[in-house]
Amino acid sequence: MFTRRTFLRSSAATGLTLAASGLAAPAIAQGAKIKLGYVSPQSGPLAGFAESDAYNIQSFLASEAGKNFEVIVKDSQSNPNRAAEVAKELIVSDEIDLMLVASTPENTNPVATTCEAEGVPVISTVAPWQPWFIGQQGNPGDPPSWKPFDFAFHYFWGLEDVIGVFLNMWNQVPTNKMVGGLFPNDGDGNAWGDPNVGVGPGFAAAGYQLTDPGRYQNLTDDFSAQINAFKAAQADIITGVVIPPDFTTFRNQAIQQGLSPKVITVAKAILFPQSVEALGEAGHNLSSEVWWTPSHPFKSSLTGASAADLAADFTEQTQRPWTQPIGFVHSLFEVATNVMGRVSDVTDAEAVAAAIAATSMETMVGRVAWDGTGVPPFAAANVCKTPLVGGQWRRAADGSFSLVVVDNQSAPAIPTGGKMELLA
Amino acid sequence: MIWLDTLVQGILLGGLYALFAAGLSLVFGIMRLVNLAHGDMIVFAAFAILLITQTLGLHPFLAALIAAPVMFALGWALQRFVLNRVLGKDILPPLLVTFGLSVALQNGLLQGFSADSQRLAAGPLESASVDLGLVTVGWMPLLTFATAIAVIVGLNQIFYRTALGRAFRATSDDPVTASLMGIAPKGVFALATGLAMVVVTIAALYLGMRSNFDPSIGPARLIYAFEAVIIGGLGSLWGTLAGGVIIGVAQTFGAAINPEWQILAGHLAFLVVLLLRPRGLFPRAVD
Repeated sequence: MFTRRTFLRSSAATGLTLAASGLAAPAIAQGAKIKLGYVSPQSGPLAGFAESDAYNIQSFLASEAGKNFEVIVKDSQSNPNRAAEVAKELIVSDEIDLMLVASTPENTNPVATTCEAEGVPVISTVAPWQPWFIGQQGNPGDPPSWKPFDFAFHYFWGLEDVIGVFLNMWNQVPTNKMVGGLFPNDGDGNAWGDPNVGVGPGFAAAGYQLTDPGRYQNLTDDFSAQINAFKAAQADIITGVVIPPDFTTFRNQAIQQGLSPKVITVAKAILFPQSVEALGEAGHNLSSEVWWTPSHPFKSSLTGASAADLAADFTEQTQRPWTQPIGFVHSLFEVATNVMGRVSDVTDAEAVAAAIAATSMETMVGRVAWDGTGVPPFAAANVCKTPLVGGQWRRAADGSFSLVVVDNQSAPAIPTGGKMELLA
Repeated sequence: MIWLDTLVQGILLGGLYALFAAGLSLVFGIMRLVNLAHGDMIVFAAFAILLITQTLGLHPFLAALIAAPVMFALGWALQRFVLNRVLGKDILPPLLVTFGLSVALQNGLLQGFSADSQRLAAGPLESASVDLGLVTVGWMPLLTFATAIAVIVGLNQIFYRTALGRAFRATSDDPVTASLMGIAPKGVFALATGLAMVVVTIAALYLGMRSNFDPSIGPARLIYAFEAVIIGGLGSLWGTLAGGVIIGVAQTFGAAINPEWQILAGHLAFLVVLLLRPRGLFPRAVD
């Protein structure tokens, strides 16, 4: 008889080949399925990140490998306290075997911290690794005290990648190398704007001088002070990590008050096409870091679908434009399937954690392997980096926007669609 | 130069805060009701305007003309059928009802419109500016300030020149005596909330054209509105404008020193006014 146990044993024996073929073996699920917990911000300000969750989970459960799994989803309501609470619920009441989590440090950190404390393995993504790793340490200000985690694993890119991508984009165009920085008083803003470990020193090393007027509060209604500071510094380039409503306020005020930079490269504010469309003409040629697009040359280990197929299917099923988190949420379930295919007892947390650490696979977002490539030694055991490129939003005559990759120096496998252009 | 610019931008920002606060001031002044859902109602009105611009293809200004009577009706019904039932000696029940309303509105909008950032597109007006010699100011902030003044002049006309305004003031001063004189306080309250919703629609129009909005940003708008009302003094609409300007100027000057002090400076100005004039700058009612 073919049961879950024999399935797991045989898949453990066949190991990588099975994983590579996406667990294509026919599995007749009987009795208990493998329980995956998933904490997602389905409501509140971060809901945009979770837009594709329902679609991705549904298509995962419908896949061949997905038949062996049960996914229990909890809404964190974009609230870190609630995220920790539902993570505990998943661990204690639902007795999950593996936790998955994505969507910004506000969501990944409380869940990963809870799992680490409870000894439940967790795979996390979609948060730069510094806020994830350093943000969970007892004393973020004291590097020697930082400790690796036993059960928490993360894959995404880091601040050093953003700095590299931004610089590569700026180097393509002639500017005076004066940069104005908009960093709010929140987790991301403080990490980016830190004078010692933020983006400033990285820019300085490449000859760009950063003017940082200081931390402002999110949802501010007036940016006159920053605009005056950038004017005084003659900044040709504006950068920062800004939430969408603030970016719109800033952009309009800057135009009204006669500040016209040559380049605006911001993270967060222009992640989703809806936010860029809201800007209208002022959105043309804004640039940002890009972690996933339908033109990324990757395919799913679960379904064999390419990045373009996944985005097209999402749009067809939901009538919504593709967004960058789609590929990453998909990849979480790829990694979970791969890991669970390599353990003999899925309820053995230590064994599952060891299997995660030993992961080496190609996914929808590139290679995922916790082998420490490109990561400083203190985080090498828990952090894996995925490729990052730079892109610009181009406005078509009908008012729709498309994201064009304009720099791939850090990940040459990802094709570019054009060259960096100055703002009109 | 920079200081003059900071002052002008601060005054114009004050106009926006005064617009946010005018509806709150009206309701607070007449029935001592603190509407915790005020910010969410502004966002709700912004979505209503958005819906009209999208379905009918109208400019936001025209769409607001259509949205205003709808919002008046909703405000009237809200007061008539919900808030009037809990209004009484105890101020806590209506406070809790508006708190619940705030949560319900946010989640209802999230369900209906998703978490997407939305915007009311005003075309070239959004970024147009005028050079006044010493400072350059945007048309949009100027228009916002002018509208705030127009709204307050309009409300004052209603308050002091019409029978309805007399009823408002009478009910505000003493509902029992007012009802002895043939005024039905509950009906007056319903009309006042309806009127406040019209002001909310105007505030929503400018919020939506100035910045993005999504279902979750309402509460952040409530605090400045509330402070402007308190600074100005209970029941004084010109006071509300003064309160908005004081917060706006304090914020821009705070930010000019260091952006970290922007919000703090506004709150400090509020505390200083409370310390010196606990009843606000221009209190109308004596109670």
